[in-house]
Amino acid sequence: MSHLLLIAFDGADAIQGARFAQALDLPFDIIQLTGEAVTDLGARRVLTFGLPSLPPADFLAHALKDLVNESTHIAAVSAMRSKDVLPRLAGLLDAPMVTDVLKIVSKDTFVRPMLAGSVLATVQVSGSPILMTVRPAGFPEAVRSGSSEVVHTKPQFAGTTRRVSASAKQGGRPDLSQAGVVVSGGRPLKDADTFERLIGGLADHLGGAAGATRAAVDSGIASNELQVGQTGKVVAPNLYLACGISGSTQHMAGIKDSKVIVAINTDGDAPIFEIADLGLVMDLYEAIPQLMEKMPKA
Amino acid sequence: MKVLVPIKRVPDPYAKVKPLADGSGLDLSGIKFDINPFDEIAVEEAVRMKERDASVSIVAVSIGGAETEEQLRKALAMGADEAILIETTDALDPRAIAAELAALVNDLQPDVVLMGKQATDEDNNQVGQRLAAKLGWPQATFASKVSPAEGNVTVERETDDGGETLLLKTPCLITTDLRLNEPRYIALPGIIKARSKPLSKRERATSLEPQVKTLNLEAPPARAGGRKVGSVDELVDALKEMGVIA
Ligand SMILES: Cc1cc2nc3c(=O)[nH]c(=O)nc-3n(C[C@H](O)[C@H](O)[C@H](O)COP(=O)(O)OP(=O)(O)OC[C@H]3O[C@@H](n4cnc5c(N)ncnc54)[C@H](O)[C@@H]3O)c2cc1C
Repeated sequence: MSHLLLIAFDGADAIQGARFAQALDLPFDIIQLTGEAVTDLGARRVLTFGLPSLPPADFLAHALKDLVNESTHIAAVSAMRSKDVLPRLAGLLDAPMVTDVLKIVSKDTFVRPMLAGSVLATVQVSGSPILMTVRPAGFPEAVRSGSSEVVHTKPQFAGTTRRVSASAKQGGRPDLSQAGVVVSGGRPLKDADTFERLIGGLADHLGGAAGATRAAVDSGIASNELQVGQTGKVVAPNLYLACGISGSTQHMAGIKDSKVIVAINTDGDAPIFEIADLGLVMDLYEAIPQLMEKMPKA
Repeated sequence: MKVLVPIKRVPDPYAKVKPLADGSGLDLSGIKFDINPFDEIAVEEAVRMKERDASVSIVAVSIGGAETEEQLRKALAMGADEAILIETTDALDPRAIAAELAALVNDLQPDVVLMGKQATDEDNNQVGQRLAAKLGWPQATFASKVSPAEGNVTVERETDDGGETLLLKTPCLITTDLRLNEPRYIALPGIIKARSKPLSKRERATSLEPQVKTLNLEAPPARAGGRKVGSVDELVDALKEMGVIA
């Protein structure tokens, strides 16, 4: 019998992952690694690890391997944390894996992006279980009803990696990959203070998250976890505001799922205007203060 | 210390590659190829290790057709000591690649495998983690700083909300992120000079068939471009009309 195991890193991740789980339309269990169990997503069972924080990948993959049982499909929402662990789990299980599933064609055939999203590949998988990281934005919001059985599980960890330190998340702003509004800035933002004042300021005004291009991250204007694109985060907000961003293929790979894209750029021929729903040819240093005045505050 | 650096030949990441009209493959006519940018960062990092510690030796390996020699020569020119081409035209998936590399690791016994976090053609981000699992080695993906010491390596790595520092006992596997370093520029004469360095060829050591098969390639639906507005006021009005803001 086919069966999906959804690996969720926390409650919010479970809610995103359930979009895919419900769309795949197989009975499913959730393993929720941290946080309080979310029990109204239609899973038969929610296994909780109740971890205060995540252990390194070798520990985690080892523990997950024992819980796979008869699953024919194992999925997690695409993110750096899932891309760290799931391929390792696939290696331990010697099983096939599909990265960044966008669409379900059938129970063994999926659509995924390659070449920074400039090509969509339809891939068919033989072998079992099929591991997947999935992009939730392409699936309808999860229906919330019912109540899953909660099973407190004591994971059997084994590994040798030692975590020496971890940087604390800067609080305040919503998570980039789940935010309803994302304000992003590129190279012309000059320095970290300017980025924070203008991009951070407008993001706060709109109750959204701040994002950046690789050019901005590389020049120290923005911190690395804000990078959006092929090799950064994929966002899917209702509103994506690109300020001083040229629109490279690699950046666009991360923003195509946005409902409305607004571009503000001094160069009317910048490629970003080819995909923006609304474009404004204007200096961002003039535009952003005006936007803060004229856009309703969240 | 021996460092093994697997590299992949990929289309120039800045080129616009399109699928063939019948969806059977990519239209690669006129496209230049290069080392996958993340693998190039891995080669660079290995070379910097060697510059700090002369006892470091670097083996670059690639799995691919005869043309892949070009990328291995570049890795040699950057400073790798030796290159191995596992010559095949088979279409392999990450599972098969990892199995092939695991066989090579068992043969060469490196202390560290250093490789790109993903290849910019298929964007899979799987091979390093799979290889580490097969070998039973600790891993650090998305490395932004690598500091080797006696019997271990300290790695600063990027995470979804910032970063962390891991201590790995060797042997271990590290995958590179963009911020680890900026690879040196190699001019053509350097690549020609590297012709005297050893490059050997091997056949595949395993016979795994791919379990993930590509049925079709297509261009994504184009986002219908929108329109330009003339002022911030017009922009705000348009967003209200579209129901994006209240
Ligand atoms: C392997 C690889 C992976 C990559 N991954 C990513 C990724 O994940 N994400 C990513 O973003 N990039 C990525 N890149 C880099 C990408 O190719 C581009 O270099 C980068 O996105 C450009 O950033 P930018 O738009 O900020 O800078 P630029 O391309 O320099 O554009 C700046 C824009 O700002 C405009 N401008 C200048 N001044 C003003 C002003 N005062 N007001 C308004 N507009 C102004 C200019 O007209 C220009 O269009 C990757 C590259 C490679 C090779």
